[in-house]
Amino acid sequence: MSEVPSELRDEIPKFDDDARQDHGPVGMTALTSMRTAKSALEIGTIIGLAIGVFWLIELILRVTDTPEFVLPKPTQVVTTLVGDWGTLYGPHLWVTVQTFLMGFAIGASIGLLLAAVITQLPFVEKVVAPYIIIMVTMPMVALIPFLRLKMGFGIGPIVIAVALASGPMVMINSATGFRRTDLAKIALARSYGASTFQIFRQIRFPMALPMIIVGFMVGAIFGLLTTVGGELVAGSERGGLGRQLKFFSSLIILDGFWATIVVIAALGVTIYVVFFLIGKKWASWQT
Amino acid sequence: MSTGLAATGSSTGGEPLGDQAKIRCDQATKVYETQTGQLVALDHFSLDIAAGELVTILGPSGCGKTTLLWSMSGLHGLTDGQVLIDGTAVSGPRPDTVGMVFQEANLLPWRNLRKNIDFAFEIRKKRKNKERIEHLLEQTGLAGFTKAFPRELSGGMQQRASIVRALAQDPEILLMDEPFSALDAFTRDEMNRLLLKLWEESGQTIVFVTHNISEAIFLADRVVVMTARPGRLAHIYNIDLPRPRNIDMTFEPHFIELIQDVKRVVETGGHAIEVE
Repeated sequence: MSEVPSELRDEIPKFDDDARQDHGPVGMTALTSMRTAKSALEIGTIIGLAIGVFWLIELILRVTDTPEFVLPKPTQVVTTLVGDWGTLYGPHLWVTVQTFLMGFAIGASIGLLLAAVITQLPFVEKVVAPYIIIMVTMPMVALIPFLRLKMGFGIGPIVIAVALASGPMVMINSATGFRRTDLAKIALARSYGASTFQIFRQIRFPMALPMIIVGFMVGAIFGLLTTVGGELVAGSERGGLGRQLKFFSSLIILDGFWATIVVIAALGVTIYVVFFLIGKKWASWQT
Repeated sequence: MSTGLAATGSSTGGEPLGDQAKIRCDQATKVYETQTGQLVALDHFSLDIAAGELVTILGPSGCGKTTLLWSMSGLHGLTDGQVLIDGTAVSGPRPDTVGMVFQEANLLPWRNLRKNIDFAFEIRKKRKNKERIEHLLEQTGLAGFTKAFPRELSGGMQQRASIVRALAQDPEILLMDEPFSALDAFTRDEMNRLLLKLWEESGQTIVFVTHNISEAIFLADRVVVMTARPGRLAHIYNIDLPRPRNIDMTFEPHFIELIQDVKRVVETGGHAIEVE
């Protein structure tokens, strides 16, 4: 019976509800199940609140005559953001995005590949598990000063740190996805004579996809954190948003500082929205 | 039998069919190694099934019905004995000959109905038989729902889709593993009628596993009753209800007597009471 895959060989076929809940799809994490505004009233309120807070802060700062080095007025922040976009923010955003994308692409690919391989090898999975936990919990930004010493002043050290930060996140979430084996669906494919690769491509991968997307989202958020953190502690000669934060704060240019914060926040939200939409497109069958 | 309803039976493997058997179970035995020890799911089970026959396998939960069906399909092996299809021992899935319908439809939730039906063709790398698919969709009343995803379909529609998926391959043998057990009684009756209609049209050999006595008798040429743990053959009933069958037959006194008799056999774990 060598054609029969190991997971079908010795398991008692059991399809009652309990078994299904163990093996079947589980919900995505809180990140992707957040309720989003739909109606005009909800969206209007969100925008109204933002505008309200903006002008409230402006008003308080004007009334109390707060000096700029304590807290800049929102209008000042917007003025520098728009006026100096081409020199102080845009180019540095580009550096940060490049660093992040390179590191994330490397980390996520390796993480996904390792998850797919390791979940097929239970022994390896158990041996590797503690090291993965270390990789996940370790703040990789701490390695950047060391990597700087070895690799010089380019973006290389930060790219490596980003890969190390996002890769394990992608890996543990993807592994959770690949571990979901629905025996009945594998049996279905097998009954049509599916090969191991076909079962992976047609059953295991689609079943794991929602968790892979969650892993990519969490990994990307960790990656951005590490990018900006890395630029803060040891920015490259090319700059980046993190290094700009340090530059503005050391010169007490607080409107520039806050404008950079706004750009970073926008970048973070963009990353979230991208993966949210990907999840909606490719994993909506799950809900 | 003046009533037109006859049930004769035996507690052996039925008449040996020799080389005529489409499916032959020969002393099929399956033992699972569990944490609490050995579990004999199937104990020296022998049965011959003729081509074009509709046999239902009836028994309580955990009596090895699914194990028996999976052994026929080649999805798992036997500890001892063998299953032969067309005279050769089954050692793995035979998609050219055998189609399977699983419990709870077993559709892929990330594919719409049409893509679920295409799935089998994709795996087998075969060209789609478009005419046959359209005909089956028409017959099952699913023609207008091909773009719907499984979660948008009712339980009955899902199970009909899974039957279309299996029949689209035009298998000689259809193995059905409690396909309608999750459906409500009305939908189940409707599905049984539909199954008989499709079967009378195309004449596959069908092995249908169920724990519903009425369903087992209504569908079958022969009802094979199994005992629980170890799964053994308890009794075989030959059902001579005329075909085409209709649901009204299930309310006839003899049908109900037969149900009661089968129920006794299932509950006492064997020893048939002759119904002659």
